[in-house]
Amino acid sequence: MSAGVLTSTGVVAAGRARRTRRWRLIVTILAIAVVVAFCLSLMVGRTFYGPDEVLRVIAGQKVPGASFTVGVLRLPRAVLAALAGFAFGLAGVTFQTMLRNALAAPDIIGISSGASAGAVFAILVLKVSSAATVSVLAIVTALATAGLIYLLAYKDGVLGTRLILIGIGIGAILKSLVSYLIVRAAAWDLQVAMRWLTGSLNGAAWSRVLPLAVAVAVFVPLLLGQARNLDLLRLGDDAAAALGVRVERTRLVAILGAVALTAFATAATGPIAFVAFLAGPIAARIVGPSGSLMIPAALVGALLVLVSDLIGQFAFDTRYPVGVITGAVGALYLVFLLVRTNRSGGSL
Amino acid sequence: MTTLVAPQRSPGVAVPRRPLPARLAWLGIAVVALVLVATASVAFGSRVVSLHEIVSAFTGTEDGIAQAAVRGRLPRTILAVVVGATLGLVGTVLQAVTRNPLADPQVLGITSGASLFVVTGIAFVGLASPMAYIWVAIAGSALAATFVYAIGSLGRGGPTPLKLALAGAATSAAFNALISAILLPRIEVMDEFRFWEIGGVGGATYDKLALVAPFLVTGALICFLSARGLNALALGDDVAAGLGERVARTRLLAATGAFILCGAATAVAGPIGFVGLMVPHACRLLVGVDHRWLLPCSALAGATLLTAADVVGRLVARPSEVDVGIVTALIGAPFFIVMVRRLRMRSL
Repeated sequence: MSAGVLTSTGVVAAGRARRTRRWRLIVTILAIAVVVAFCLSLMVGRTFYGPDEVLRVIAGQKVPGASFTVGVLRLPRAVLAALAGFAFGLAGVTFQTMLRNALAAPDIIGISSGASAGAVFAILVLKVSSAATVSVLAIVTALATAGLIYLLAYKDGVLGTRLILIGIGIGAILKSLVSYLIVRAAAWDLQVAMRWLTGSLNGAAWSRVLPLAVAVAVFVPLLLGQARNLDLLRLGDDAAAALGVRVERTRLVAILGAVALTAFATAATGPIAFVAFLAGPIAARIVGPSGSLMIPAALVGALLVLVSDLIGQFAFDTRYPVGVITGAVGALYLVFLLVRTNRSGGSL
Repeated sequence: MTTLVAPQRSPGVAVPRRPLPARLAWLGIAVVALVLVATASVAFGSRVVSLHEIVSAFTGTEDGIAQAAVRGRLPRTILAVVVGATLGLVGTVLQAVTRNPLADPQVLGITSGASLFVVTGIAFVGLASPMAYIWVAIAGSALAATFVYAIGSLGRGGPTPLKLALAGAATSAAFNALISAILLPRIEVMDEFRFWEIGGVGGATYDKLALVAPFLVTGALICFLSARGLNALALGDDVAAGLGERVARTRLLAATGAFILCGAATAVAGPIGFVGLMVPHACRLLVGVDHRWLLPCSALAGATLLTAADVVGRLVARPSEVDVGIVTALIGAPFFIVMVRRLRMRSL
């Protein structure tokens, strides 16, 4: 069959098939990269364990030394890193898509601050010691914060612009409350409370992984179900409505899912800076203009946290919490945004 | 893509021009209010001092605990007045230069730039003299402001209030991560920094005041001299250029004045947010939009606001105190939210 015989629908279909293949290939490569980073973070440490030992530990066999180091210390940490990165990445790209703004990640618009404030309040004022209770309070305050931002932004419907700016304002209040509590803190509480400012995987345990795993299992399918509607929202509210998207409902479901993921992840690890912010734009760069960003962004998020944690733990003399590394990456990204001349005229 | 339009900038809407006596009256009222809160600042504390005792402390007729308390509170009061006036000026100039109703040193991430530079200086260069802190903080303010403005200008539509606020929030987050990266291995710097970071006037001494005075006077003079140019800028760049104003030079000059003020104030009192946001808006209602009136009024109102916030912070948590930076955030962020709700927003 020569090219001349191809109908225009045939060309479109061929193009679509090619793009789908490309998208699948990219997702597969990203998934492999996540698995490799995951395995590396199980193997690398003060003592190096080979893949065979790691596999035997995971399979449940007793391996002297490795059973404790890998099974009790490294495995929960790696799982927590992957899950939190996945959740942050998906939540971030959901917000960025919904609000049509590459800078509008949940950590910038105050939602992570809500979770931090709840957790710090629980630790320092209510003197709660169980991690589970702290997590619950962090989640409740994050949801309440998001609800408050949504309500305050509501005025003949919710405009993305207003939501972002009000989120920044609420974030400022919460951050000042957190720093007030931290200044008043006794030195021995400070270490624990500081985790809620930077985000860290230290002290990862299965008890902390479990709630996050449940949240990921519930809310990720919910958000992925909205992926098509969310992509259409990028065209603008009116255009999306004309294409049959129920705008307010989509937005509400997306906010609920993304906030819940952010809250659970923040409760487990503290606000790991810039993962939610960076995952979307990086995924967009890799995937290109066609294809949904949700799954690639989630995988990029997981990869970011896993790799940053490895760097933070072993690349320097001091062990840095993962949030410091991702924050530094974020700073570099902002510089990159500046250096790159914005020829396409794309909006931020 | 959405943009914001500030109500007072709408073309074709006549700006209410206050008659001269009304403007003079408001300035007089501002002076009286400042004297009242300054007196309150000297009188209130963990021990309340009567007016008679304050007078006697100044004339030197009596010498007791009360007089000692007055003398102890005096530098703190002066610092609050001076820093407040400075922040009022900075906010007014920034809002005029960026033509952005949401401009404020903290919202735009400028203070976090000053913090980052000071911390870097202490940790790596071994800065120890307070004079060096001031220079470094001024450099940091200027650099951060340029950085944020450049990021906020990327993409279509130029530097809208939304993009500037987001760029400021993102830059602050990145700078804060870098600050933690520098501080974490250096416990002793961290403990020092955690108190400075909140923003307070508690550690005031006459030496500190004498040190920043030349910077503040220089910065304030530059700002006052550019008042006429700022009036022209408010008409829009094209009209201002048509009227013979050298737009770029005016912007640069006024911004330089603001950076000097902002850096010096931040070096001596830590980052204090939202005074620069609130004061210009209130003053525009009182004396109109002419910067020759607006700048002095903002200075007086800023001084009154910060001194009052300091008194409130001391009273609500007696015998301890709430740092003034937290009080201004708690008052200012709701104000910010109200401002955002009143902004006319439209989708393009």
